[in-house]
Amino acid sequence: MEKQMKLTEEMFLPAVDNFKEAEKISRPSISYWSDAWRRLKTNKLAMFGLIMIILLIVMAIIGPYLNGYTYYEQDFSKKNLKPNAEHWFGTDTAGRDLFTRAWYGARISLFIGFMAALIDFLAGVLYGGISAIRGGRMDNVMMRIAEVLYAIPYLLVVILVMIAMKRGIWPLIIAMTITGWIPMARLVRGQVLQLKELEYVHAATAMGAKMGWVLRKHMIPNTLGPILVNLTLTVPSAIFAEATLSFLGLGVQAPQASWGTLVSDSLGSIHVGNFYQLLIPATLISLTMLAFNVFGDGLRDALDPRLRD
Amino acid sequence: MLKYTLKRFMWAVLTLWVIITITFIIMKVIPGNPFAKEGPMPAAVYNNLQKHYNLDKPNIVQYGMYLKSLAQLDFGRSMKSQSLTVNDYIKQGFPVSLHLGLQALVISVTFGLILGVIAALNRNRWPDYLSMVVAIIGISVPSFILATFLIQYFGVYLKVLPVATWKSWSHTILPSISLAMLPLAYIARLMRSSMLEVMNQDYILTAKAKGLAQSSIIIKHAIRNAILPVVTVLGIMTANLVTGSFIIEHIFGIPGMGEMFVKSIFNRDYTVILGSTVFYSAILIFLIFIVDIAYTWIDPRIKVTGESS
Repeated sequence: MEKQMKLTEEMFLPAVDNFKEAEKISRPSISYWSDAWRRLKTNKLAMFGLIMIILLIVMAIIGPYLNGYTYYEQDFSKKNLKPNAEHWFGTDTAGRDLFTRAWYGARISLFIGFMAALIDFLAGVLYGGISAIRGGRMDNVMMRIAEVLYAIPYLLVVILVMIAMKRGIWPLIIAMTITGWIPMARLVRGQVLQLKELEYVHAATAMGAKMGWVLRKHMIPNTLGPILVNLTLTVPSAIFAEATLSFLGLGVQAPQASWGTLVSDSLGSIHVGNFYQLLIPATLISLTMLAFNVFGDGLRDALDPRLRD
Repeated sequence: MLKYTLKRFMWAVLTLWVIITITFIIMKVIPGNPFAKEGPMPAAVYNNLQKHYNLDKPNIVQYGMYLKSLAQLDFGRSMKSQSLTVNDYIKQGFPVSLHLGLQALVISVTFGLILGVIAALNRNRWPDYLSMVVAIIGISVPSFILATFLIQYFGVYLKVLPVATWKSWSHTILPSISLAMLPLAYIARLMRSSMLEVMNQDYILTAKAKGLAQSSIIIKHAIRNAILPVVTVLGIMTANLVTGSFIIEHIFGIPGMGEMFVKSIFNRDYTVILGSTVFYSAILIFLIFIVDIAYTWIDPRIKVTGESS
């Protein structure tokens, strides 16, 4: 035993009451959102989706101005050009620059997707929230109405409404949101109903918290996660519906372009070897759908406390 | 059980009635005249046409007459065809759509389940990644784009399958695959997560502890329980298959209900639009009703209280 314990004077002093020291939080506290972000960052697929979404939005904003052409300018001497240095994505059957048109289409498709998601969100939160908070008979009636409307096939509603209105971007958005808000309303109602019965909400009400406080401090932060996930998945389904309608000829009209119309336009000339005219919008649609879907999935995993490890 | 079935049935009838009413109203407010394409016509002819289709009567009377004829399963006369009634159109188109839809359903359920189970049993190994890649592609690539690529590759490039129309069985392959990909992907994802959840249950552990063979654990205990969520979505899934077939039938030139619907939109053939919407909705509501009833029968844990999930 070479090592001997060194006995020092202070070891024999009475213990200091360092109770406060022990309770001190030595690391920064992590909020729900920073915790979710930390988990999201480790999900490579979701981060890929996020980066793609940001890239798409940036390109939708600046893309149409990058090479000096406009989406409507026709030049029949330069039609059906393959992608080259002058026209980066080539030109279409009317000699319009496809690079500009593709990003202009991105702008319209993304705008429709985000607007539809936003309106679904507002209508759904309002309807579902009121339904759940009021409860009882009102809740029953409101949810039955929603259920009946939801039984009508989505695409059928959208097509029927599009027949009744003029073609254009706003009619498309209205057609998509006319029953599109229902899943959001049902989600919000379910969440709020669950939260309403939790102890901390009861405690807050018992201590005299007003409705506004309970909503702001308890309901909204706790329902935001699932709502956000639902929103991320609404955007691609709206883009998908827009592309389908435009493909059928019920969407935006020329010379405006959306990805759906670009695909539809390309069908006339792919058999003569202009396959790139299909490939470009098809890739963009698929990439967008992919990006939003994987990001939404990743977000769901990151926000779900049950998956915490 | 009988009470629940009756209650569900009443809801189905009510839903259908709402759909009929909404569609009827939309058809009435649509601007434009179905006889406009015929060009200017003498007032007497116009009046006779109006009379022929009962358009001279007040809207509420027309609505009553329409409901009455629907109750007798008479969908009315086409406004564009001299000889065909809407019933004739449905008789021609529906068997084709049914064939296409069923074939797509079989493909998506079979392969979706297989992919989902394989993915779950090989979690985070290559079969899992492979089947999830298939699922992501299925969700990201819109059916009309997939259909166009399939036509290009198998029809135009390899020349092994016909590019369009509906004559022999080989004509049905490409449309069925294009239609099946999206539901296939959903089923695979759903089955994977449901299977993963079930495999962690105590009764699986018990079965293992009893020394049951892996295969019989998977078949008898895991799959039978994991398949329940898939059954729930089958109703909606079939709805998607039927409505999704608009665009597939349009691309492939298949003479089904969907193509008929799209054509009637462009012809402004209001009675056909109305009739096919009602018919579609009736089929879908009936399917969802069947699935609801089947679900309580398959899963005895579900309380039959009439409370919707």
